[in-house]
Amino acid sequence: MAQVTTDDYDRRQRMRWWSMRVVLYGLLIIWAIICLFPIFWTLTTSFKVARNVMQGDILPWIEFTPKWLGWRSLGLSPDTIANISTVREEFLKRFFNSAVISVSASALAVMLGSLAAYGLSRFSYRFGFMRNSDISFFFLSQLILPPVVLALPFLVLYKELALLDTRIGMIAIYTLMVLPIVIWIMRDQFASVPVELEEAALVDGLSVWGAFMRIVMPLVLPGMVAAFILALVLCWNEYFFAALLTATDAKTLPVMIASQTGSQGINWWSMAALSAAGILPLVFIGVLLEKHIIKGMTAGAVK
Amino acid sequence: MSTADGDLLHTVDADNISDDRRRLGRLLHWGAVALMAGLFLVQALYESGTISFGFETWRPVLAGYILWAIALCISRVMIYGEQGKKSLFVLPAALFVISMVVFPLVFALWISFSDWNLASLTGRKFNGLDNVRQMASDPFYWNALYNMVLYTLVILVEYAIAFGLALLLNAEIRGRKFWRVTFLLPLMLSPVAVSWMIGKSMLEIRFGPISRFVRWLGWENPSFFSSPELAKFMVMAMDAWTFIPFMMIMILAGLQAMPKEVLEAAEVDGATPWQRFWEVTFPLMLPVSITAVMIRIIFKLKLADIIINVTSGGPGGATDSVTSFIFREYRDRSNVGYGTLLAIVYLIIIVIFMTILLKLSDRIVRRVTGAG
Repeated sequence: MAQVTTDDYDRRQRMRWWSMRVVLYGLLIIWAIICLFPIFWTLTTSFKVARNVMQGDILPWIEFTPKWLGWRSLGLSPDTIANISTVREEFLKRFFNSAVISVSASALAVMLGSLAAYGLSRFSYRFGFMRNSDISFFFLSQLILPPVVLALPFLVLYKELALLDTRIGMIAIYTLMVLPIVIWIMRDQFASVPVELEEAALVDGLSVWGAFMRIVMPLVLPGMVAAFILALVLCWNEYFFAALLTATDAKTLPVMIASQTGSQGINWWSMAALSAAGILPLVFIGVLLEKHIIKGMTAGAVK
Repeated sequence: MSTADGDLLHTVDADNISDDRRRLGRLLHWGAVALMAGLFLVQALYESGTISFGFETWRPVLAGYILWAIALCISRVMIYGEQGKKSLFVLPAALFVISMVVFPLVFALWISFSDWNLASLTGRKFNGLDNVRQMASDPFYWNALYNMVLYTLVILVEYAIAFGLALLLNAEIRGRKFWRVTFLLPLMLSPVAVSWMIGKSMLEIRFGPISRFVRWLGWENPSFFSSPELAKFMVMAMDAWTFIPFMMIMILAGLQAMPKEVLEAAEVDGATPWQRFWEVTFPLMLPVSITAVMIRIIFKLKLADIIINVTSGGPGGATDSVTSFIFREYRDRSNVGYGTLLAIVYLIIIVIFMTILLKLSDRIVRRVTGAG
């Protein structure tokens, strides 16, 4: 057996450390490319002309010169933004629909869900045979309900109620869709607030609701924001219900994007611009509010 | 709904509720019930043609329901005072969910045994078990169910990748925030946009970048959606692309919450990294992993958007998920009866499957963590 000198050992250790680093960062970079390339591709395609698409050019300025073609067809390029454009009108209408529906639904779900989660974490209820744990389970079990089970009954019911293709109808459905998630997150948040705080507030003469509004709410506000943002993302991206239950007035952005892809002879640059416009708000939310999203997703899962 | 003893937050109620107030509360409640029932009755009779006056739509009945819900909340406070105020926390959400889930589910059962073409004027026709018979001999539905099994099994692969990525992010790296945001981004994107970005554009046979890449690798004529196996794989890959970050973030949170001492102790005891992972990290991460996988399964069972938009079930229904199949079934024939029955059967299968899975995972966690 050859004797291993400390020097030799040292060098081998360092070699190993360096190769580990290379592998580590290599894997990180590969996965980052997998994550980012589709977004990059969509963004750059929206600046291409037909020839660049056919040639499959990738790098802007090096392989092709960016043109505003895609955005012009949406009426959103610098030279057309001042003109009247029906496509832009349409796009903005869908965008606005999506925004109104997802913001209201998320706000409503956070309101209803927080109240329910607070009540369930502080008081014991009896509702027929149902106790607190049963009521909690009732709320959370909605999570496994696949949307397709409710979709067709809703179609018929909404038709009878004249709620088909209305924003209110969509808000109600989306609220229902994200409510269990909000309750799941908020239950965890309220459990972390010590009950002594409210007891002190009650002694000081606040009512139960006063204690909730003035003492507990400010404490769980970050959790509520997290739940709201997560709900917002889910509502913004929802396609299935929107495709079935909206036609013209309340159509959301995903439905608009989807309906464009079906047509013959896809206009690559304008589709890319449309998709990019649809995903950009979420990319911004993802980058800026990443902390809240992660907080929302991990609540209740990690003790 | 009333609150019972044993509240976590105790309150001292010194309510002095007069009999008059109680009576008024009951009156309000029952008045609202009567209004709602009256509206319902009038509309039902009008729809069936018994009486000639009524409303154009059922909307007034909905308004009656909402009025009743508000009256119920107010009457709780009037009758029970402070105790009633406590029930106001849960009551709105409960009423909302009951009206939006329980009622439509009962309604779904009612229409699932009927032949109801929304486009035709004949309306609903009860047809007994015809739909069940049709389902039993519908190869496309069974194929879709089989696909769901495959799609669900792939979660194990997704989980392995997500775990690997979480370990990468948990290692000592520079710019962790940058990598985390980057890895999270796919989750933010709408499946519809993803299906266009990847499914339609990047996988385009002639000039999509991925097609170019595989052609460069030596595959002469790449077509990703012509053979059933490959098409299924592409759907799986796209769905995985969007949802791997979700499991990754949960596992990462678990890794960060793990006590450092345990790993250090294992290192001192001379365990190799491989051993350290399988003997320490993995068992400790099991509860978080199971939660992550469960939620992932729940989301996977709703898979539809990508399939509807990229393959629309093709080639020949090979990539259909149950949801996308029912969606197309409705789109093509606008028959809500058959589609609803399929959906309800699917729901029953899911409930049974999830119950078994929960029980099973509970047992596994107990055995591995050794907790009784």
